[in-house]
Amino acid sequence: MKKCKMAILLFSGVLPNILSAQDKITTDNWLSSPGIIGTFVLIAIVMIIAIVILFIKLNTYIDKMKRRQIDKNRMAFDDEIVAMDEGEIDVILEKRKAALKYKLKGDELSGDSEVSDEKGLVHQFIKDPNNAFFDEKKKTSLSLETPLELKKIVIYYIGAAALWLVLGTLIGQYLGMKFLWPEMDSQSWLSFGRLRPVHTNMVFWGWSSLAMIGLGYFVIARTSNTKIYNYSWAWSAWRLINLTIILGTMCLMAGVNNGGGEYREYIWPVMLLFAVGLIITFINFYKTVATRKISEIYISNWFILAALIWTIVLSVIGYLPFYQDGLGETVIQGYYMHQGVGMWFMTFTLGLVYYYLPSTLNKPIYSYSLGVLAFWTQMLFYTMIGTHHFVFSPLPWWLQTIAIVFSAGMVIPVVAGTTNFLMTMKGSWNHISKSYVLPFFLVGTVFYFVGSMQGSLQAFRFTNFVWHFTDFNVAHSHMTMYGIIAFFLWAGIYAILPKLTGKEPSQVLVGAHFWLAFIGLFAYMISLMAGGTYKGLSWIDGEPFIESVILMKPYWIWRAVGGSLMLASHLVFAYNFYYMVKGYSKIKSSRKVEEITV
Amino acid sequence: MLNFHKNHKNLVLTAGGVFIALSILIAIIPALQMQETEPIPNEKPLTDNEREGLNVYVSENCMACHTQQVRNIEMDNMWGKRPSIPSDYYYSKKRLDVWRQSPSILGSERTGPDLTDIGKRQPSEDWHLLHLYNPRVVVSASVMPSYPWLFEEVDSASVRKDDKVVAVPKEFLSNPSKKIIAKNDALRLVDYLKYLKQTELPGSNVEDFIPALKKIQADRVAGGNQGALDGGKLFSQVCAVCHQESGKGVVGAFPSLIGSEIVNDENSEKLIRVVIQGYDARSDYGVMPGFGDQLSDAEIAAILTHERSSWGNDAAPVTKEDVAQVRQYVEMELNK
Repeated sequence: MKKCKMAILLFSGVLPNILSAQDKITTDNWLSSPGIIGTFVLIAIVMIIAIVILFIKLNTYIDKMKRRQIDKNRMAFDDEIVAMDEGEIDVILEKRKAALKYKLKGDELSGDSEVSDEKGLVHQFIKDPNNAFFDEKKKTSLSLETPLELKKIVIYYIGAAALWLVLGTLIGQYLGMKFLWPEMDSQSWLSFGRLRPVHTNMVFWGWSSLAMIGLGYFVIARTSNTKIYNYSWAWSAWRLINLTIILGTMCLMAGVNNGGGEYREYIWPVMLLFAVGLIITFINFYKTVATRKISEIYISNWFILAALIWTIVLSVIGYLPFYQDGLGETVIQGYYMHQGVGMWFMTFTLGLVYYYLPSTLNKPIYSYSLGVLAFWTQMLFYTMIGTHHFVFSPLPWWLQTIAIVFSAGMVIPVVAGTTNFLMTMKGSWNHISKSYVLPFFLVGTVFYFVGSMQGSLQAFRFTNFVWHFTDFNVAHSHMTMYGIIAFFLWAGIYAILPKLTGKEPSQVLVGAHFWLAFIGLFAYMISLMAGGTYKGLSWIDGEPFIESVILMKPYWIWRAVGGSLMLASHLVFAYNFYYMVKGYSKIKSSRKVEEITV
Repeated sequence: MLNFHKNHKNLVLTAGGVFIALSILIAIIPALQMQETEPIPNEKPLTDNEREGLNVYVSENCMACHTQQVRNIEMDNMWGKRPSIPSDYYYSKKRLDVWRQSPSILGSERTGPDLTDIGKRQPSEDWHLLHLYNPRVVVSASVMPSYPWLFEEVDSASVRKDDKVVAVPKEFLSNPSKKIIAKNDALRLVDYLKYLKQTELPGSNVEDFIPALKKIQADRVAGGNQGALDGGKLFSQVCAVCHQESGKGVVGAFPSLIGSEIVNDENSEKLIRVVIQGYDARSDYGVMPGFGDQLSDAEIAAILTHERSSWGNDAAPVTKEDVAQVRQYVEMELNK
């Protein structure tokens, strides 16, 4: 409640600023504008967290020093003992001997009546909990309960996603290099214009969507305590979605483009396959939840079901032609591209985090009601802000203002979500050093806050003034789609796959994946943000346009470097995936024997 | 009543229903309103050729790097005389065909220049073709892709009369003995680019730009005298795409200004005429369009003074009054 009040306070404080920005914009003191300061602060948050980690390391060093002091004291104590006479020492030793010999009889707490389970409540008991990498984890129990069909679905969805991730980022990296060497090739189907939507759509619908649905299947079945309603539907959806990406990619490379609106580049017959895939998935999930064996619907399922239904509505609205002539198309474009990110990727992924984060930590989510608040505000605020992609455009001013105001309102769901995740992690910080999954969750959560807040700031009129149309937008979309979505998805994948297949990836390689991706993203983001800002300022100063192209060159080099690191991390991830799932069914069958013997 | 925690039906129906309602409110109704926009009275519809060009523009996805919207802020003034309005898109944003929707030509990134007014800023077909064949022939720092597949490489002997030969300098050809001719797609795309001009609004009540820089504003108020105009900057913005920043031009396409007789002539009348009216007297070079409508007297004077005093050129500066006088002659001749 306090958080909520704070958010409202913050919101109302920001409001007059946005509205007053309307009449006069000056760049004299651009550095002190709230949007820009806000962005600096947000980036600083990430830096500060890195510094905090450094301090923890320093702290251990200080501890060491302290221990040395303790050793010294101990030596003084030893000297004291040496100075004692024999009688005194004998008395002490006798006392100690008696203490050591003391034993429990075994019935201090339970009494000595016989144990019987008259009501049949106990199904199994384990004498020695089989600990995984976390003290609380019991990985065998999971592998006993998960049906092979479900395992197979999760693995194939994630496998296809990993393939599209590697391919999609390879294309992305190639595109990034074209900024430095525009003459790299002269094939029509590899040209920048045609290949750019291939990259974005492939990582959107191929990597993120398939990985989300795959992880979602496990969550839906698990939290409903039941089986997936229909396994073969899951396979049909898998085929349809993969087919969408193959056909869409071929169309785009051949120059068949729906009209160039971002994420709407696939023509409707191709996108229809995706929509049908989503509808099938929705029905399957819905029926599974409907046949759940517990009365409550877990919050994850709220997010996942809503993401599916919203996205189905969204793609229908995005592709229906009746209101899309003239600038009608532009209104829909803003709505569609923002909701594609907010209602599909963000909502679904949050649903996954509400399950995988607490289950990894083996404790409940900090606040269930905060999750519910985040859910409804996500729906109310996110839906209204699409037009913030067209600030200062010929679209109606009122529509732009609504978008800006609600962008600021996004503080509420974002703060609610972030608080919930961080408070869930609170008290388990020491696990971060022990686990290879939690760092992914932590980075995802930090970027969830930083990326979303930065997006809200970017919607303000002044920040739009400097950053709109520049490479800053590209930095923002990578910060969110990669920093939030991809990191959360990896967290989910590393959390669940080893439990499904019984094979843990090498910790060194997971670490390599994490650090390459994180440093790569940081290099990518910072270089484009800095370059984008200088580009915007150059435009404001009225310099010839080509100057802004020339000044970007060093930043584009750093972007390519960051991109290479990201690509390298994905190759490591693909290997880790292969290692985790290699021969999983064999391991499973050997487990089955165990199951029988138990 | 609506027990969302236990009733999945209510949960999904509410989430879906509210979302649909909000979507209608924030997307569909405004979109329907925007669709009712009518064209500006003298706005020209696209010809068949230009529409074909728009199709090439969409399938090469030029929107990935080029915007077509002049925002209502000062910095966008360089892309058009007035901010874009919904009517500007009446003809170009219609559904393409059964398979493809109305093109998103407004764009979201400006990796390359805005194209709202490119037809006025750069009306030369020769320049556009050369630039599409290889942008670095005319703009050495450009990162735009080349579009060689819109052109054909043929033997000089097999060039037909109605083929459009592109004057590509030798160092940009893989086989110097061949000629480059533009395919239909390239010509149509250039038709479309030349079509892109801001229609003038009837009457004078034009929506103003939100001022950005106090300095520029103050200069405008002060009357924008010649001293305030930077001839070098204007030259880079207007002239350098053809004549190059170095003044050397592009051999075979755009003449060099260094040591040029016209540029260095003591009497600047001819030079001013060329800029105002355009020039097509030399068959070995492309046609130069006139800039009389686009540039003010003071701007032309600043550019010419820059040309006459750079790259080793050494001639007297041109004044605003000189230009005004020549403009008067030109208008008198036209009225005859």
